[in-house]
Amino acid sequence: MQAFAELMYRLAFTSSRNAKLDLMAAYFTGAPDPDRGIALAAMTDGLNLRLPFRRLVAEMLEPHVDPVLFKLSRDYVGDTAETVSLLWPDRETDLPVPSLAEIHARLENLKPAEAGPQLAAWLDALDANGRWALLKLVTGALRVGVSARLAKTALAQGFGKDVADIEEIWHGLELPYTDLFGWLEGTAGRPDPGEVPVFRSVMLAHPLEDGELAGITPDEWVAEWKWDGIRVQLAGNSVELRLYSRTGDDISPAFPDIIDAFTGFHGVADGELLVMRGGEVAPFNDLQQRLNRKTVTASMLKKHPAHIRFYDLLFDRADDIRELPFPARRQRLEAFVDELRTPVASLSELFEFAGPDDLAVLRERARDANIEGLMLKRVTSPYLVGRPRGHWFKWKRAALTADCVMMYAQRGSGKRSSYYSDYTFGAWRTADDGRDELVPVGKAYSGFTDEELKRLDKFVRQNTTERFGPVRAVSPSLVLEVAFDAIQPSPRHKSGIAMRFPRIHRIRWDKPAAEADRLETLEALAAT
Amino acid sequence: MTLDPASWLYPTPAGLYCEPGGFYIDPARPVDRAVITHGHADHARPGNAHVLATPETQSIMQVRYGDRAGGQLQAIEPGQIVSINGVDVSVAPAGHILGAAQVILDWKGYRAVVSGDYKRAADPTCAAFEVVKCDLFVTEATFGLPVFRHEDASGEARRLTGSLAASSRTHLLGVYGLGKCQRMISLVRAAGYERPIYLHGALQGLCDYYVSQGVNLGDLRPVAASGGDNLSGELVMCPPSAIADRWSRRLGDPVTAFASGWMRVRARARQRGTELPLVVSDHADWPELIQTIRDVEAGEIWVTHGREDALLHQISQMGLKGRALALVGFEDEGE
Ligand SMILES: [Zn+2]
Repeated sequence: MQAFAELMYRLAFTSSRNAKLDLMAAYFTGAPDPDRGIALAAMTDGLNLRLPFRRLVAEMLEPHVDPVLFKLSRDYVGDTAETVSLLWPDRETDLPVPSLAEIHARLENLKPAEAGPQLAAWLDALDANGRWALLKLVTGALRVGVSARLAKTALAQGFGKDVADIEEIWHGLELPYTDLFGWLEGTAGRPDPGEVPVFRSVMLAHPLEDGELAGITPDEWVAEWKWDGIRVQLAGNSVELRLYSRTGDDISPAFPDIIDAFTGFHGVADGELLVMRGGEVAPFNDLQQRLNRKTVTASMLKKHPAHIRFYDLLFDRADDIRELPFPARRQRLEAFVDELRTPVASLSELFEFAGPDDLAVLRERARDANIEGLMLKRVTSPYLVGRPRGHWFKWKRAALTADCVMMYAQRGSGKRSSYYSDYTFGAWRTADDGRDELVPVGKAYSGFTDEELKRLDKFVRQNTTERFGPVRAVSPSLVLEVAFDAIQPSPRHKSGIAMRFPRIHRIRWDKPAAEADRLETLEALAAT
Repeated sequence: MTLDPASWLYPTPAGLYCEPGGFYIDPARPVDRAVITHGHADHARPGNAHVLATPETQSIMQVRYGDRAGGQLQAIEPGQIVSINGVDVSVAPAGHILGAAQVILDWKGYRAVVSGDYKRAADPTCAAFEVVKCDLFVTEATFGLPVFRHEDASGEARRLTGSLAASSRTHLLGVYGLGKCQRMISLVRAAGYERPIYLHGALQGLCDYYVSQGVNLGDLRPVAASGGDNLSGELVMCPPSAIADRWSRRLGDPVTAFASGWMRVRARARQRGTELPLVVSDHADWPELIQTIRDVEAGEIWVTHGREDALLHQISQMGLKGRALALVGFEDEGE
């Protein structure tokens, strides 16, 4: 438990992805079975522990801590579990520290009346970090900034495997992953994914670079829209069905409407998850309402109905067809979607085009809010794992831009912690008193070179008007030309709009702030 | 015990004032006569006409302030008594930093002890805290909340040396220049770390002074001399402000560590943006505050600065008389 607690502690304060991977890889290669398997489940959201924490805490702490002192402490610390971990008395005993596996096994069959005393006994045996990790574990709220994908990448790194190989067997694995670690360490064979529909690593596209367009000829390439939803994989073996995200997270529980519609499906299909209303693709915002939910209400299903627009087939029943060229896979995909006859599924349309000029025209037409641009796929390509060069290209429509004024700057993290590198910018509007005021419309931390960052940092330091912790307000004097993919109405924001993927396009050192764009101009873009 | 201590020792805008003695303890602005508990900048300020302090505190003030350390400097060591207008002043080690003293005031058979900053945990760089029984104990309360229980400092030092051993990145440790810096160096040395330690220029002077007082700090080198480029895998120390300063850019992508009692609370540690928070403090934690209040057996406890609500509540639960002085000018952020 101590090694796991130390890992959780370090992860909570580590922002760089590589440093996180190093910490996790060191843990997974060093920790014993079955502890590391439990830890892996805890990090990948595979543990379902939900003790009635509030009630237990009140019960357990009462004999130890004065209520006034508890309240003052809780107010200062800002988190109940952490407050308890810090207030719990250190015992002068040599109680053996419970292992993660012991804790998990005991929790599995704990009677409600035993929960309090058991938790107290563990807390007695642990130090402050151990207590924190235990309390976060039993309440199912570790939150140390690790995604399932990152944990799997750390496994791959630690044991010198390909992350795609781990993904392929992942959903067939069970706690405490002893088979997996055996295989990773070379003492056992590769686990068989068995009955569970397996996630297959997806094929990704490269952005089309200048000069590459000329090579996109109609005899060797096909074109389709690049939809503005999320990439999903539907995997079924006629008994079970799963909906996976691009990174292999099982998102089925949030999409019962999809699961119902495809009951009995046998195969693996690749497509875009969208919200579809009256035959029209709804804005990305609608889809966002459906994401990151463990459960979903009936009204949610009705208001934001999900839909998959398919563009590839990896397995036709049990046949692995990934080696086949695109047209052969497409033919089987069309047959599959045809057979379905459900409003929940559609095919991504393929375009005829005569040459590069045609494509440029098509791309310009992609002004529809739900289309991000074009996908260009080489007809002879098999379905390849990862991001192979020269097979699939994405050609996003030209970004929209606006001239905004820097309002706040925040210090970055990791390598950038000594730079003010995250910028909040605003657009002008007329205030109630008739004067112009800036209202924040977005935040960006990319799109500039290291040299430009140095100059921006200097600007922030020289033009600071107020400080709030790591944030500085700056005098409204620098115009940032911001590029973004779309603008959407957003009642949650003060400005009433939200930018999608904003980044700094150019720094307009030359432009007077008063000539930056007005909020009305941006609102008009939201309509298109 | 008929004498009300508040009739002769009380807070003023310039600081805690002993009226019959005509002197201030750790005044916030220049005065004629000052008694200084220790060399931290919020306790020892420049420009007082007469200063009474331990020899170490005086030397530290001279290192920091040069000619402005004070008009006349008078030294006092544990065991000595200096009588100022009928008030007997003596000192006892506070265990906070080198030279830190509690100030003991004896007047008309009544004894008041002003602790300054103090801690009870072991520290190889200064004399250990001594319990002085008294009628009135004036305590700090920087960590006056029960959530503050500092970790064993040598264990925290091992976390740092362990991280150094496991990584090829530079480790940049932010420390307060007086006390924390030298204590952290001693701790990592005791943990078996023998490589050179690289110092930001601002830390050099006081380290030199500690070494001259017989505190062994091992091989210390200025960062400036190394050019900063080739310090991967090395331990570099700097004042906290320098971590986020342009100065630290020469170190590439360091693991930032910070040693302070505040690191106990995750939100505070995150605010610092530190990757390796170390819970090491030169102030008493909650159990030490309570233990000390018990040990000195005073009937009345005054709290100078810090988080006094919780401590005053605790003092009243212990059946003692407590009072918040709410003295201005003390910073708890520097810890
Ligand atoms: Zn101090």
